[in-house]
Amino acid sequence: MPADELTRDDVLKVAQLARLSLTDAEVGAYQAKLAQMLDYIQILHEVNTDDVEPMAHAVEVQNVFRRDETLPSLTPVEALANAPKTDGRYFLVPQILDH
Amino acid sequence: MSLSGATAGELLLRLERGDLTAVEITAGYLDAIAARDGRVQAFLSVNRDEALRQATEIDSRRQRGAPVGKLAGLPVAVKDVICAKGQKTTCASKMLQNFVPPYDAHVITRLRDEDAVLIGRTNMDEFAMGSSTENSAFQVTKNPWNLSHAPGGSSGGSAAAVAAGMSPFSLGSDTGGSIRQPAGFCGVVGIKPTYGRVSRYGLVAFASSLDQIGPFANDVHGAALLLEAIAGRDPRDSTSVDMPVPKYAATVDEPLAGLKIGVAKEHFVAGLNVEVEAAVMAALDVYRKLGAEVKEVSLPHSKYSVAVYYIVCASEASSNLARYDGVHYGHRAESFKDMIDMFCRTRGEGFGAEVKRRIMLGTYALSAGYYDAYYLKALKVRRLIRQDYDEAFKSVDVIVSPSSPTPAFKIGELVDDPLSMYLQDIYTISANLAGLPGIVLPAGFSSSGLPIGLQLQGPAFAEERLLRAARMYERETDWHRRHPELPRG
Repeated sequence: MPADELTRDDVLKVAQLARLSLTDAEVGAYQAKLAQMLDYIQILHEVNTDDVEPMAHAVEVQNVFRRDETLPSLTPVEALANAPKTDGRYFLVPQILDH
Repeated sequence: MSLSGATAGELLLRLERGDLTAVEITAGYLDAIAARDGRVQAFLSVNRDEALRQATEIDSRRQRGAPVGKLAGLPVAVKDVICAKGQKTTCASKMLQNFVPPYDAHVITRLRDEDAVLIGRTNMDEFAMGSSTENSAFQVTKNPWNLSHAPGGSSGGSAAAVAAGMSPFSLGSDTGGSIRQPAGFCGVVGIKPTYGRVSRYGLVAFASSLDQIGPFANDVHGAALLLEAIAGRDPRDSTSVDMPVPKYAATVDEPLAGLKIGVAKEHFVAGLNVEVEAAVMAALDVYRKLGAEVKEVSLPHSKYSVAVYYIVCASEASSNLARYDGVHYGHRAESFKDMIDMFCRTRGEGFGAEVKRRIMLGTYALSAGYYDAYYLKALKVRRLIRQDYDEAFKSVDVIVSPSSPTPAFKIGELVDDPLSMYLQDIYTISANLAGLPGIVLPAGFSSSGLPIGLQLQGPAFAEERLLRAARMYERETDWHRRHPELPRG
């Protein structure tokens, strides 16, 4: 999509995918700034990449295994120490199922 | 006692001779922080009591002849993106304002093993996204050479702390230039190691295929010492490479005979400040006098590096930062309708503008219908950028360039212009995309008294070569011996 066609609805859709609540002012600002960025990155389309493999990583290692053995890990108290809401045993979240 | 300006090597020598103790050094730097950081604002927190306790313990071990580590008694400031057990690690974000890691990053374990003193946590752009340290949710760090100018970023606090004599060295992280650009702006030495040279375990992830931790120091030898301490394989980061760590500090003073320096014609184009260009040309003359050969090389795809970088880093960031959902740690919104709304409000409140901008761009680039056109295309051009380097390093040992197109810009100057801010990283970004190491060191001053940085880039795992080549230049100049005027501690 050409960047100048980036609509307000597109921005809201991306925000929904990214789980970001945005204010009206932010939606307008991101519409402009994203369009500017997308416009800039169009320069990549002048590069011929027909026979080029994508490069996801600089050190192209694959399948690094370790032994399947139990090692010390965090205690429940440590794991829960930074939780926004906990009952001391679990992370607490809002109810997601209706009874 | 004022220790500002002392190099890590000098401090170590005095510690070993017994004319300085770890407590004296630590107290000296704590005093310097107390005297100067009110102006510079490099630190988000200072570990006064813990640092002095650590120093006391090191002194007592040294006194009774028990073994001490290689950095015993030397303070290190740490960018607030690297987890240290029990020390608040905020990433300069409201999202992690109260986050206290339950474990140490690998590099922190290494520093503790070598008895470095963890003196404090430094300011940064939120989640390491930025080139000025203005994107911190908490404070704006000033350039110690001119307090109305930015220190660079995202590791601006770590660079400014060393430049202002508030620590002999520090750790930063570099995803697109976040160590090297602030090193250049603040007139200190900074290294972005080869991808995989240093474990990322415990480094809060921004763009995992680009992030590397590296050192800042006030001379090349100090940077070598710190890199040697943190480098090496760690099974907890499967991308860390199992290769021996050279004795960087022991060899740094050995000049390289027959050094071949490449200069990329693409680096000297419109937008490059004339004083920066002149400083780089003068540095090449220094190398020629030392017997080095300077020849032109070409990096034809370098003009695409910023575009590739912003797709790759934003895509990886949008995925990495999905973890901040208000469930396991970090900020949670107070009021919300349901679970999804809790995620959205938590993230809307917790993240700053630049972080949201990159999450939005990355989510867009990875979304259905655009993945091939943006993300996949960027990964292909990324390979061409790497191939340019492979070709260039067939005929030269290092590539010399500016570290950024201008000396430090003013605070606020680029804050509303993301694209110009992104173009700050034009000389540094390619090394991250290609996974290659780079070092920046001071190479002069502008007419207004701001430092100018020189960058040397090398092939993968050529850190030893970069350090020795950088030291050859440093030995012939005294830029690293100049210090900004600040209140004495």
